[in-house]
Amino acid sequence: MSILVDRSTKVIVQGITGKEGSYHAGACRDYGTHVVGGVTPGKGGTTHEGFPVWNSVHEAVEAENPDVSLIFVPPAFAADAVLESIAAEIPLIVCITEGIPVLDMVRVRRLLDAKNDEGSVIRLIGPNCPGIITPDGAKIGIMPGYIHKRGKVGVVSRSGTLTYEAVWQLTQLGLGESTCVGIGGDPVRGLNFIDVLALFENDPETEAVVMIGEIGGEDEEKAAAFAKCHMKKPVVGFIAGQTAPPGRRMGHAGAIVSGGQGTAKDKMKALEGMGVTVVQNPSMIGQTVLEVLKRS
Amino acid sequence: MNIHEYQAKELFGQYQIPVPKGVMVDSVSEAEKAIKTHPLFQGANGQVFAVKAQIHAGGRGKAGGVKITKEISQIPEIVAGLLGKVLVTHQTGPEGRQVGKVWIEEGSRIEKEFYLGMVVDRNSRRVSLIASTEGGMEIEEVAQKHPERIFHLSIDPCEGYSAHIGRRLFYFLGLPAETQPSFVKLVGDLVRFFHEKDASMVEINPLVLTADKTLVALDAKVGFDDNAIYRQPITKVLRDLAEENPLEIEASKYNLNYVKLDGNIACMVNGAGLAMATMDVIALAGGSPANFLDVGGGASKDTVEQAFRLILSDPHVKGIFVNIFGGIVRCERIAGGIIAAAQDVKINVPLVVRLQGTNAAEGREMLRASGLDIEVAEELFEGAEKAVLAVKKGGK
Repeated sequence: MSILVDRSTKVIVQGITGKEGSYHAGACRDYGTHVVGGVTPGKGGTTHEGFPVWNSVHEAVEAENPDVSLIFVPPAFAADAVLESIAAEIPLIVCITEGIPVLDMVRVRRLLDAKNDEGSVIRLIGPNCPGIITPDGAKIGIMPGYIHKRGKVGVVSRSGTLTYEAVWQLTQLGLGESTCVGIGGDPVRGLNFIDVLALFENDPETEAVVMIGEIGGEDEEKAAAFAKCHMKKPVVGFIAGQTAPPGRRMGHAGAIVSGGQGTAKDKMKALEGMGVTVVQNPSMIGQTVLEVLKRS
Repeated sequence: MNIHEYQAKELFGQYQIPVPKGVMVDSVSEAEKAIKTHPLFQGANGQVFAVKAQIHAGGRGKAGGVKITKEISQIPEIVAGLLGKVLVTHQTGPEGRQVGKVWIEEGSRIEKEFYLGMVVDRNSRRVSLIASTEGGMEIEEVAQKHPERIFHLSIDPCEGYSAHIGRRLFYFLGLPAETQPSFVKLVGDLVRFFHEKDASMVEINPLVLTADKTLVALDAKVGFDDNAIYRQPITKVLRDLAEENPLEIEASKYNLNYVKLDGNIACMVNGAGLAMATMDVIALAGGSPANFLDVGGGASKDTVEQAFRLILSDPHVKGIFVNIFGGIVRCERIAGGIIAAAQDVKINVPLVVRLQGTNAAEGREMLRASGLDIEVAEELFEGAEKAVLAVKKGGK
């Protein structure tokens, strides 16, 4: 088992003829992901790097009925691309694009929630994220596949490369990962820590969860409170940005301490208070999981 | 991206949001000219004027950046006292901000002060209106001491603004009945401004009820969503480079994400989260980070070279820690960039490079074989420790 994606997951790539979309569609296929084709308006009916191309997500649904749409569309058009996949009722949408205007995401999230309120089950991962991977199953995103190893630790993170860092440690120690989900660095996004923690709690293969947060917002605190009330599995947490100055955006649109809220120190304290094992040194994430698993 | 009060007021004016009339000057001679020729001052002797230093930070009043006068003839002197002055407020940091522009506006007869603001609220995932009866105070302070005096109302993006939203704020604030139509319109205009201009934050603090029962935005603060700047050409005109760190301006030209800090170990990292974690690890290893620098996913040789030049133009930098975990960026490309850059740029401080990820072994081998003075590391903490040690030894 794993969460959300596995070897049978059928994937289309929106923006498959662009530079990033093209490269990563190929890289995902090389990993063993079942990429069935892609969408680029105006290029329907052609073939790109061996992938069939459709004009719209609806056409792709008719042809292949995919489970996932992986989006590499530039920021100005990305919100529309996500809305297109929502309209076509793709169950899982993974948006890699960085730099989408936040008001666009406010609208997307509102329409996604409305669709789900009507009874659909559509999940959005991202935007501004590395994607999702179930090692030896499906890599749906931009992460380097080979650092992963199938195993028992679930990883959920707001960061990209910092996640790879944690995964690398888990792999080196032989623990491996069940599924890794990058929820993205934007302030308004799809799946949040809580949603992913709930999925890991119900996944028999996952024995512990690594949660990698960063400064800004209160999502980590809420997730820790959720873990305390609803989770039996241990959670190991790291918060990036202990040395970040207040009021400055640290790369990610959502990584900012504003009005004294969202500091790494406060988050770590809140997490500890809720029973999450907090790691101070990101080099020790893997080792800490190993110890926590030995104890439990 | 933030703008000045005078610019925000000009934009508000375009959206029919009531603001005091005023004039911006950036020299004493302009101030002298303005009081002679600008209609604002003609026949206005004895009236109150506010002379306000323009910097991108709150708390100007307490720092001595706002002066009130009834003597028009004194205005140039006040302007002279403000221009060039370094204001230190709770938002500027200890180094403060130098005043380069001054806004002179007509005084308002204040009966009561309120707070009206808008933000993108990450918790509700919607745009939120914030109103408070405690105008003129820091909203964070009010939130701590009197949370019941703040009212939050989020706007459903599918509904947009409707008069009932304005009325709820109106009744919360307890404004006099005759101001209801103008207040409801003002909030609507503010919401329209926020959405049309892709603002990320708007603050009117204080929003003033005058003695003759009109509403005026006495102060105005606006921040724009950096992600939306591409579709808001006006932000190009409004950007004041004097308010930004010169190194950060330089960085933005090369799509580098750079924030200057106070330490002496520079870092160059791919990815924002890892960049923050790298700063944290430098601190844990006993050092102090000189910057945040995310070279992003598409780092080319040029980008890496520019990143080196940028880092080295900070005179406090005594060592460099390059930490790359290869995902989109493959390590041999980074290694190639580092080697090419190190050959072109004179790197006169210790350089530690930690490569991990896609093709990391090849990348590390390229660095070792380059003949350049680069210390290579495999693990994150190991790299940070090497950098800290190299700096403690005093470098080359």
